[in-house]
Amino acid sequence: MPPELEAVFTTPPARASRTPVAPAVEAPPPVSVTIDGVEVRLDLPTLCYLENLAPVNVCRVCVVEVTGSRVLVPACSRKVEPGMEIQTESELVRHSRKLVLEFLGSSVDVSLAGPREPDGDIARWAERYGADASRFGVAAPPAGAGVRDAHEPGHHHAPEGSAAARAATVAQPVKVDNELYVRDYSKCILCYKCVEACGEDAQNTFAIAVAGRGFDARISTEWATPLPDSACVYCGNCIGVCPTGALMFRSEHEMRDAGTWDEAAQTVTETICPYCGVGCVLDLHVQDNTIVKVTSPLDSSVTEGHLCIKGRFGFEFTNERRRG
Amino acid sequence: MDLHVVGPLASPVERAAVDAILGPPDSGWSGGVRDSRTDGHVARGGHAARGRRELLLPALHALQDRVGRITQPGLNYVCRRLSVPPAEAYGVATFYSLFATAPRPPAVAHLCDDIACRLAGAEDVAADLERALGPAGAPARDGRMTWLRSPCLGRCELGPAALVTIAGETPVLDAAGILGRLEASVRREESTGAPRSPSDVMRTRASVPQAGSGAPLRLLARVGVADPRSLDDYRAHGGYRALANAMAMGAAATVAEVTDGKLLGRGGAAFPTGRKWAAVAAQAAQPHYVVCNADESEPGTFKDRVLMEEDPFAVVEAMTIEAFATGSSRGYLYIRGEYPLAEARLTNAVEAARSGGLLGPNVAGSGWAFDIELRRGAGAYICGEETALFESIEGKRGEPRNKPPFPVEVGLFGKPTAVNNVETLVNVLLILGDGDGRGGGARYAATGTDGSTGPKLFCLSGHVARPGVYEVPFGTTLRELLALGGGVPGGRAIRAILLGGAAGVFVGPDALDVPLTFEGTRAIGASLGSGVVMVFDETADMVGTLRRIAAFFRDESCGQCVPCRVGTVRQEELLARLADRVEVRSRAEELALLGDIGRAMRDASICGLGQTASSAIESAFRQPELVAL
Ligand SMILES: Cc1cc2nc3c(=O)[nH]c(=O)nc-3n(C[C@H](O)[C@H](O)[C@H](O)COP(=O)(O)O)c2cc1C
Ligand code: SF4
Ligand code: FES
Repeated sequence: MPPELEAVFTTPPARASRTPVAPAVEAPPPVSVTIDGVEVRLDLPTLCYLENLAPVNVCRVCVVEVTGSRVLVPACSRKVEPGMEIQTESELVRHSRKLVLEFLGSSVDVSLAGPREPDGDIARWAERYGADASRFGVAAPPAGAGVRDAHEPGHHHAPEGSAAARAATVAQPVKVDNELYVRDYSKCILCYKCVEACGEDAQNTFAIAVAGRGFDARISTEWATPLPDSACVYCGNCIGVCPTGALMFRSEHEMRDAGTWDEAAQTVTETICPYCGVGCVLDLHVQDNTIVKVTSPLDSSVTEGHLCIKGRFGFEFTNERRRG
Repeated sequence: MDLHVVGPLASPVERAAVDAILGPPDSGWSGGVRDSRTDGHVARGGHAARGRRELLLPALHALQDRVGRITQPGLNYVCRRLSVPPAEAYGVATFYSLFATAPRPPAVAHLCDDIACRLAGAEDVAADLERALGPAGAPARDGRMTWLRSPCLGRCELGPAALVTIAGETPVLDAAGILGRLEASVRREESTGAPRSPSDVMRTRASVPQAGSGAPLRLLARVGVADPRSLDDYRAHGGYRALANAMAMGAAATVAEVTDGKLLGRGGAAFPTGRKWAAVAAQAAQPHYVVCNADESEPGTFKDRVLMEEDPFAVVEAMTIEAFATGSSRGYLYIRGEYPLAEARLTNAVEAARSGGLLGPNVAGSGWAFDIELRRGAGAYICGEETALFESIEGKRGEPRNKPPFPVEVGLFGKPTAVNNVETLVNVLLILGDGDGRGGGARYAATGTDGSTGPKLFCLSGHVARPGVYEVPFGTTLRELLALGGGVPGGRAIRAILLGGAAGVFVGPDALDVPLTFEGTRAIGASLGSGVVMVFDETADMVGTLRRIAAFFRDESCGQCVPCRVGTVRQEELLARLADRVEVRSRAEELALLGDIGRAMRDASICGLGQTASSAIESAFRQPELVAL
């Protein structure tokens, strides 16, 4: 950023003061700007932003107030310009963030959402902004399998009578159609990250895209085809970027179901993938001496966080050998 | 990219329909003879095919028009031809409401049940259809037909309106009669050059009551006078004088006249057209594009439809001038899919202009090349938002882009683009067609007020004696406009007037003396928007109207950003709770929550849809006498 830049933050941004905690790979830094050569980390919530993907600015939880702009602007994608006056915690900003968190909290299972770092997860943000998702009433019953996949654009059942006292949600059964990972779209906030990682920004496979429109929009393969029949190559890069736990290793999903998933009891071991000559950095997440999932650091110059099926899922044999 | 296409093959009929748009396949890889049944991995076809992605929407239309839906094999075939991943193509097909990806009968009556047509008795027609054909969407008469509810079809002056689509070899798109049409599968003959029949004249009168009344019309001067199918007739009535003047003056002088005319965009945002053109002309990046926004889907708006149906050559000429002024060699005219007659007339006009040497490699013998392509939308209000419109033309989901950058820098295909509304463009002809064009801007600006120059079209609908498109100078009061339309039938009292459409604002009878200008309406917290003036008399069902508006935004949100995607749902639920008295908190808290929802949508949404989705509803609640809940 040029030295003549004099963006004025009327709410002083918090300086970086946090120590990364394990699992470090899952903690993207807050949005940062460089002012006079000093990197200033803005203490802003983000959900759809990830440093290794092009910003899509759709979640709107990072909005800030820029003097002269009629509406709030997304901090994740808006370039800072000389002379800009930016408020990061004004009443206007706090109101929109609160509502966005309430909208998500009332329509999506956000129990695992948000980068898991101190003061970073969605429950803490909800507290910070006073978000109360229950203001919209109790959740409507979940949809049956495939029902949301079949919604046609431009036609919905208008809420009436007592049904209107129940807040519509995206709840639906988990999609388990392969050995390696599950898709729990009840947890999907439509951040577009998986679509970007599957397509243009990393894998170039384009197995998934956004289908449908409005509240019926969803991440989908063509015709909601099960993954084994789709173009999916199981690189798992979608799981790597998912901020909500909607995409999850099958191992993690099953352990969570069984109540045996225990992040506190896990260690992270960095190693290099043994399969080919690229030399991808792997972080092995180990619980009870068993690998339960594999990630790669976002800041790795080799992978930028992305792997292929072998590095991501090719660890089963280690577990087998231990038993044998 | 490794294109992975599996599943059965498209039928010969589907392939023929797609080939009619894309041309025959040039190899087995793109779906030609070497097609294999089991393994659909396509290794070639890459760059060149992907460069034709903009043909995705036309190809999907071809399938829909031919077989009445988009099947998986049909979509797969398109994917191979254009090298588009099936998941992406499916995402596009499921974005547009005129496309069916599930089985749907070939004949469909799309009944408008939107706000103006509700006032005209749309629910009675819906009840008739339900009695005759069963519930909306259910197949009837051996699966040959069905009916569906539709948002505003842009025929509010003729409501209750319906659009009939019949898939087949010669698909029918007809926006006239309903049941009879559907049953008889009558095909409209849109002959070119034939003399205007008495029914044409009647139809014109019904939509433009001022036509032939001796009123001094400028924007509507040719309506009902010149044959909209004849280039010669257009020229005989002053057509193409403006283009000749512009070419004689040069591009810079043309932009200067438009700037002097202080012409503001008529698509809703009131942006200065001259400034937009100058910005595009100044861009170093090439090529430049011009786009005519004919998506007109704001509920209650139908002025552009009337202009395109009755004076299509004017739109073509104005786009040519815009291209000349901005240094563009290609123009796209994006027309909503529900306007079959306007589309037919524009197609004819473009072809006639081309054969008359007024489009093509050598426009009017000047050596300058410019041509226009028509693109048909497929049922998505959001595609009227200019950046969503670009995405749609490019063969993608109609999701608005974040701004900046603005279209004048990064527009269609990432290039500098001048996008204008149909009515805005027709105004350009008044500026440049005046005398030799020089000083035309200043003379144009003499009409209207300082802040709102020129004549303006208003779409008068609802409880008025003669609904239709009216041309008046800016500054005419609401009262005067209503008087032109014959006032409220039966002398009933006015309860409310909706200005600017579903994205606009309700005003009460106390606002009747407001001058209809950008600044005049702004002063009372309203806006002119797209020129909608919808009248609700004392008998109108206001609560039902508000609920329909909420349902409209819930249906039309693209779904990209959280405030709009969820906010429109919560707004609709909340209105239903208030109306049906099933509040989850105290009434005061519920009303405060409604305000909170609206505010977040307004402040934090990406585009104008979310930003205005609460506008009309909140304005009604600010005036308790308008809505007795
Ligand atoms: C949701 C939405 C829908 C819109 N629909 C239309 C439309 O149907 N026609 C139109 O001309 N402008 C529409 N606009 C405005 C366009 O984005 C754009 O401002 C306009 O086409 C510019 O042309 P003008 O300057 O000639 O008005 C819409 C805007 C939004 C946010
Ligand atoms: S405001 Fe609504 S229509 Fe506009 S981008 Fe956001 S979700 Fe899409
Ligand atoms: S055509 Fe029905 S409300 Fe506009």
